[in-house]
Amino acid sequence: MLRASGLASYGIALAAGLAVFALFRLSPVQAVATLIDGAVGDRFAIARTLLKATPLLLCGLGMTVAWRAGVYNIGGEGQLIAGALAGALAFEAGGAFAGTFTPWLLLVLGAFGGAVWASLAGWMQSYRGVPAVITTILLNFVMVQTLLWLVSGPLQDPSLGVPLSRRLPHDAMLPRLDRQADLHAGFLIGLLLAPVLWVILYRTFWGLDIRFAGSNPDAARANRRPIRLVQLGAMALSGALCGLAGGVEYAGSLGQVGAGISQNWGFLAIPVALLGGLDPLGVVATALVFGGLFAGSEDLLRFTPAGSALVAAFQAVALLAFVASRQGRVKPVEAEG
Amino acid sequence: MDAWLAILMFATPISLAAIGETVGQRSGVLNIGLEGTMLAGAVCAAMVALWSGNAWLGLSAGIAAGAALSALTAFLCVSRPADQVVVGTGVNLLAMGLTGAWFRSLFGQSGKLFTVPTLPKIGGLDPIAWTVPFLALGAFVLLRRTHFGLALRASGESPKAVEASGRSVFQLRWVGLLVSGALGAAGGAHLALVVSSTFAENMTSGRGFVALAMVTFGRWNPLGAFAACLLIGYLESLQFSLQAAGGGLPQELLLALPYATSLLALALFGRGGRAPAALAIPYRRSG
Repeated sequence: MLRASGLASYGIALAAGLAVFALFRLSPVQAVATLIDGAVGDRFAIARTLLKATPLLLCGLGMTVAWRAGVYNIGGEGQLIAGALAGALAFEAGGAFAGTFTPWLLLVLGAFGGAVWASLAGWMQSYRGVPAVITTILLNFVMVQTLLWLVSGPLQDPSLGVPLSRRLPHDAMLPRLDRQADLHAGFLIGLLLAPVLWVILYRTFWGLDIRFAGSNPDAARANRRPIRLVQLGAMALSGALCGLAGGVEYAGSLGQVGAGISQNWGFLAIPVALLGGLDPLGVVATALVFGGLFAGSEDLLRFTPAGSALVAAFQAVALLAFVASRQGRVKPVEAEG
Repeated sequence: MDAWLAILMFATPISLAAIGETVGQRSGVLNIGLEGTMLAGAVCAAMVALWSGNAWLGLSAGIAAGAALSALTAFLCVSRPADQVVVGTGVNLLAMGLTGAWFRSLFGQSGKLFTVPTLPKIGGLDPIAWTVPFLALGAFVLLRRTHFGLALRASGESPKAVEASGRSVFQLRWVGLLVSGALGAAGGAHLALVVSSTFAENMTSGRGFVALAMVTFGRWNPLGAFAACLLIGYLESLQFSLQAAGGGLPQELLLALPYATSLLALALFGRGGRAPAALAIPYRRSG
């Protein structure tokens, strides 16, 4: 997996990213110290890191499946929201009923909602010849507007003056691991799914087809592999993982759906997946690193109002420097060779 | 304001981006970073116009920022064989992060509402909007009726043939990307200076992606893309008139209309057009 040249690329990416802090008149040393302290400084910090890493990990795994199949899914954001909304709509429709199985049902519905939303784009790429890279983005915007409409109308909690859905009762939420930091079982789900996805990708025929379709579609076609169906399936699984992230955010950390259900997680998961080498186990590592960055960036606000926007810039510069230093070899097949 | 003029004004930002991107894609490069390019154009135009008090200076600054971003893209995707979607995604994230951080470090977390100087109006419309139809026609003539246009299209269809004829694919794609970046940023600048006359975080709100969709919908023809963008401009102007009239549809769903329409158009007509054969495939000289 990792080679010396790969490590050098990560070093270059890190150095370039740190230059962003200097650009905003923030001492890189001070910034890094603040970030590290906020990310792993104490028990609370670590719990916050894992909490932030959870949606990044789930969406990052989702991105990995689709991109490995050669479908550029940029719609993690819309799929995440679709997942959260599927749960919230069912919760409302069911008369706000809550039992022990409720949180798990919300997660299943979330995965289903995300899968349906992603399959729309998958269908358009496979059977209408319109690349997912365009449709997924358009679907994101449609879903964001749908979210804003639902939470300020049909889904809005009538007792609240703000556009938020009804709060889930305590026993409809995922089990908490750390009360103070709100860390919940969602992180363990992501941690469990990463090796499962690894097995799917590397130890099953479907996974072989997925990697074949992505790395050499012409050869796959010549070997009569059902590329279209494989890509549609990969897209559905990708959407299911992102939708699950939505369900986890809803039933795990937030308990209600509002405009802030996603802090751009679906979008930020793309660099997480790419820097993780589009490998499920690599994604666990990058999700933790970026989760730490986001947890740490909460403390950065004390030094600059730019705060978390800086982390997005850091991610982008790190990604571009990584691409540049590898002569563009980010696509998995070439990267492994 | 005359309804037609309003449509043209609302259509101008994405039209500029879509016309430029058509030229870029014809040369074989898919500029996914168009959204970020528009955003960078918008923020630089707004800031420079605000500081200098001159909208034209703002426009120039916006275009320069867009050209710089597409030069970065061209270095990675043309001079080096990087994946165009990966780099484009990085450029979008970069523009989002840098403009957001810049904006927040100037105006604080919650932001601030301000008015930037706008362009003068001639006959009820700003000069940029007036030039758009001619720009579409010019791009059409450039692509279809000139030797340069032929070479540019060939570098998107069959780059090897271009190299065999003695032209440089790298040069042509650099030009294609710079046109795409400069016009995309000009679109963003128009959005900031004329359509909304202010800047807000992520104010382009997906227009770059809509423009990408319109390139496909317009069948890689600048005039087709412009026509498709007029439809979006109509939908955007509709939002305002329907909102004013207090129509039955909720505002959020009206805002989703351009995106939903783009999707529907692609689902129905996307297959009819044929993308340039070498689109998004990095060219490497062999031997």
